[in-house]
Amino acid sequence: MAISRDDVLAWIRNFAQVIEENNVYLTDLDREIGDADHGANMNRGFKAVMTKLPTLETGDIASILKGVGMTLLSSVGGASGPLYSTVFMQLGKAFAGKEQLELADWYAGWESAEQGVQMRGKAVPGEKTMVDAMQPALDALKEAVAQNLPIGEGLRKSADAAHEGMLATIPLVARKGRASYLGERSANHQDPGATSTYFLLETAAKTWANC
Amino acid sequence: MKKLINKPEDVVVEELQGIELAHPDIVKVHYDPNYIVRADAPVKGKVGLVSGGGSGHEPMHGGFVGKGMLDAACPGAVFTSPTPDQMLEATKAVNGGAGVLHIVKNYTGDVMNFEMAADLAKEEGIEVEAVVVDDDVAVKDSTWTAGRRGVGLTVLMEKIVGAAAEEGRSLKEVADLARKINAQGRSMGMALTSCTVPHVGKPSFDLPEDEMEIGIGIHGEPGRTRMKIEPADKVTEMLLTPIVEDLPFKSGDEVLLFVNSMGGTPLIELYIIYRKAVKMLEAKGIKVTRHLIGPYITSLEMAGASITLLKLDAELTKLWDAPVKTAGMRWGI
Repeated sequence: MAISRDDVLAWIRNFAQVIEENNVYLTDLDREIGDADHGANMNRGFKAVMTKLPTLETGDIASILKGVGMTLLSSVGGASGPLYSTVFMQLGKAFAGKEQLELADWYAGWESAEQGVQMRGKAVPGEKTMVDAMQPALDALKEAVAQNLPIGEGLRKSADAAHEGMLATIPLVARKGRASYLGERSANHQDPGATSTYFLLETAAKTWANC
Repeated sequence: MKKLINKPEDVVVEELQGIELAHPDIVKVHYDPNYIVRADAPVKGKVGLVSGGGSGHEPMHGGFVGKGMLDAACPGAVFTSPTPDQMLEATKAVNGGAGVLHIVKNYTGDVMNFEMAADLAKEEGIEVEAVVVDDDVAVKDSTWTAGRRGVGLTVLMEKIVGAAAEEGRSLKEVADLARKINAQGRSMGMALTSCTVPHVGKPSFDLPEDEMEIGIGIHGEPGRTRMKIEPADKVTEMLLTPIVEDLPFKSGDEVLLFVNSMGGTPLIELYIIYRKAVKMLEAKGIKVTRHLIGPYITSLEMAGASITLLKLDAELTKLWDAPVKTAGMRWGI
């Protein structure tokens, strides 16, 4: 079974809820090595997305995702605004004209999302950023596509890989963003951006477990 | 939290309403998206100057909009970068046909949002250039960090580049001038106390009563060292020596010396710092020919100060002296 337009909408709604539930957790992670607003900024953004969603629902998958990206761009600010906006806009671009998504489509979308984030944030893996959750998830998806795994199974593998990538940020010294001003003091803290990225992929795996 | 506010979520909009009521001869305020624009914008044939950043640094940037300085400023939430839609609308509002220069302080969020805004403006056919200010010598190793932060020099750049744009120089000339200023100005700050972001409600960091943070950023980002508080002369040395050595400023140089309050430090203390800084520079053969003293780039109510040194030449001096009429800086008009 493929991922439908309604499935995509359910993923966005579920993620907005996950962000609301983890608002304080993400902000607390950010207080340790950033400026204590990641949860608050993401929550403001996805609240705006939920307000906007009724006007986006009538479009196809690509236009829904682009609409989410544009809404985040004008409501989040900081660094996470442009970066998450890029994720959704790149997904939207990659899914242009698609009525439904197969695992290979999802992989292609995330590949361009990751490229977009790396370009916008000028980050590479290992710098203690959201890229550290995205890269392993992408590798896992690639393997799942090669093995012809069912969608739900491939997404589970990618979410688990993102989780490992998130945990692997703990010992890293930050090279990008405000955490980088801390130098060595940024080690032994989990990156908030990698954490919210894991939530996004985990929510996809849960929402589409039976696809 | 003890603040003269109503609701934390209304702080920025209510501030904008106050600015609008106070300075109708200088600026217009646009809401949703929020930006402050020169009352006579767009000025035909003049390069438009747009800056912006998180709120909480007043008078920067909104207080620097007006004749001879910025054409527009985009205020974000307190200590949070504004969004590209604000910057795009401000860019369109000030485009008088000669292009628009974005003056961006080097913070990850500010840089990314301004880049996206510039991309969107270019798609709409507006010529945009961006200059990133990164003058904070407290951040050392730029290969391994997000790079030096943009701090006090931003104020001087906005004034000088504003005067050049007012003269009718081209976008390329104005951008090159901004880069020249960035190349020959350096800053460093320190904090005696923390500050509280209204919607957070608790201090951004803890600083014990008898300690100070040397090399602080304007959002309370950590600096080089935390140590027991020292007398003003010693603190001035700790700020000025790394600035002078970094460029380096040399004997025979003429400079603009800018002593800035982080918000909570009064003028009486700034003059004590200024006095020591002039003595130190004179001893090195560096001549202070222009100065700026006061709260111009602040961090809410934080007590502390920063020093900025800009190497001057005849061109920069002339542009510094040119008339300016903004809410936060005004002379010659």
